[in-house]
Amino acid sequence: MTKATENLYWKQNLWIVATLLAIWFVVSYVAGIILVDWLNNIQLFGFKLGFWFAQQGSIYIFVILIFVYVAIMNRVDKTHDVHED
Amino acid sequence: MSVQTWTYLIVGATFALYIGIAIWSRVGSTREFYVAGSGVSPVANGMATAADWMSAASFISMAGLISFMGYDGAVYLMGWTGGYVLLALLLAPYLRKFGKYTIPDFVGDRYYSDTARLVAVVCAVFVSFTYVAGQMRGVGIVFSRFLEVDINTGVIIGMAIVFLYAVLGGMKGITYTQVAQYCVLIFAYMVPAIFISILLTGNFIPQLGFGGTLDNSSVYLLDKLDGLNQELGFAAYTDGTKSMIDVFAITAALMIGTAGLPHVIVRFFTVPKVRDARRSAGWALLFIAILYTTAPAVAAFARLNMIQTINGEDGRGTLRTEAPSWIDNWEQTGLIAWEDKNNDGRMYYAAGEQNEMTIDRDIMVLANPEIANLPAWVIALVAAGGLAAALSTAAGLLLVISSAIAHDLLKKVVMPNITEKQELLYARIAAGFAVFVAGLLGIYPPGFVAQVVAFAFGLAAASFFPAIFLGIFDKRANRAGAISGMVVGITFTAAYIVYFKFINPDANTAEHWLFGISPEGIGLIGMLLNFAVTYAVSHLTAPPPAEIQDLVDHIRVPRGAGAAQVH
Repeated sequence: MTKATENLYWKQNLWIVATLLAIWFVVSYVAGIILVDWLNNIQLFGFKLGFWFAQQGSIYIFVILIFVYVAIMNRVDKTHDVHED
Repeated sequence: MSVQTWTYLIVGATFALYIGIAIWSRVGSTREFYVAGSGVSPVANGMATAADWMSAASFISMAGLISFMGYDGAVYLMGWTGGYVLLALLLAPYLRKFGKYTIPDFVGDRYYSDTARLVAVVCAVFVSFTYVAGQMRGVGIVFSRFLEVDINTGVIIGMAIVFLYAVLGGMKGITYTQVAQYCVLIFAYMVPAIFISILLTGNFIPQLGFGGTLDNSSVYLLDKLDGLNQELGFAAYTDGTKSMIDVFAITAALMIGTAGLPHVIVRFFTVPKVRDARRSAGWALLFIAILYTTAPAVAAFARLNMIQTINGEDGRGTLRTEAPSWIDNWEQTGLIAWEDKNNDGRMYYAAGEQNEMTIDRDIMVLANPEIANLPAWVIALVAAGGLAAALSTAAGLLLVISSAIAHDLLKKVVMPNITEKQELLYARIAAGFAVFVAGLLGIYPPGFVAQVVAFAFGLAAASFFPAIFLGIFDKRANRAGAISGMVVGITFTAAYIVYFKFINPDANTAEHWLFGISPEGIGLIGMLLNFAVTYAVSHLTAPPPAEIQDLVDHIRVPRGAGAAQVH
């Protein structure tokens, strides 16, 4: 397990985390707070879309984000041979 | 059978269950006491984390708060869930690889400093004690309302139960009890929610009923609620009243604070492997999300019910003599009050001058089963659920305090030569002492407990989160940087909160706030200050020693995590 491999592994980790956190930020702060009034013009069944993101939708996406992270990292760990047995 | 008999039965049964688990899981080593031997499966750990997380506030108060705040309630919904993404992606796997027992362990080792360790100990103890005061109070309140014992007696009974399974089983006892408590609390929360969803919208899934039409009509529930709110002089339910920057800051302070709370972070030390830490965070959030996506539905249903019941179908107000029994019952507890301002014998609820009703937020969840005419055992179940929520959180907090004293303070700093058996004894004594003080705080609460809990989040966001995050992601972060950052973050946040909440509460309005951010949200600024100071000071002073930089490399890679203990 060389330093070079560790660095590549770390860089990939950072890239994955940054992407997932960008989504995290968009569904909560952007869709649920900053753009909420504009999104409220769109109707999703009985919900105004902005309100839905703020009170329900963002939470579903948070759960999905974590499980996606788990799946991706398990694969990445194996690719770089840093996984646990 | 009366509600009270049912409550004794159901609550008694759940308590017997917790004590049984305590005896089954009694521990013999410090590793078991602090981190359950790191042998808890990710699903069980996720369930325990969820119960640990959802306190009396989540169970009883949150839906009520949301029902009065409307859209603004999103600060709690997003704030108390979004932090788990931060935990899973930024902290949990690395702390598990680090492999020790507590946050001060990490801070002390990573920043090669007993001063840093002690700063962390003080923060951990303070944050945890403020938080636990609210839980013991919650235990007392549930006892007094449902079992008709005096609040203080209720607190003492709660203390005794927690004492048993925390002192006997440490983290192992607490974890498995929390699994049982999760099952109790989620069942207790969902049963009334499902019934009321069917009643109001015809849909048995509350999350869908929330976005559905009112039964026997084509009007959407939320549209009806918006309309009613506005007619009565309130803001539309889906609009809220807080400014955007305040909503942003409070949500951020709560999310980041979540990822900095010692009793939550320590839950990721108890799983066997690094990859289990990530997965456990996912399971935890899934279990938490079941309640947190139901709560806003419950909030909307409860508000609609309340307005229609009090103001009647025609909006002129229901005659007090014809009011349903739940209003009579709750009036006796003083949580709902009516002042007939216009002497027409009718109750009326609105914004402004014409309002005749004073309603405690906590009613909304607790009265729900009665509003929906559910049987007595459901009401008793809600009591057991509220107790499960409060006790599970209290136990997690007490473990943090106990380990901070016995492990971080005594073993690591003051008396390094004590044996493991002695450390275990001290840990048990410290747990007992912490239960006792928590009970005292429950009996003599430091006023406005809910505000003090918000304090805990702001402090965690401004002190721990930056120190741990930079400890993992920035090798240059050094001792001087971390200590200065933590001190600046805590001092700024604490001073701001103490000023506006305690010293000069009259000035606690938007025009006096920094950037328009309330004390509940100021942790965000404290966190940014901590980051800035830590970064600047770390770069202006010597880098950390080579073995610390190696430590950081070591924790960034999953392979080689400390073995779990078989049990």
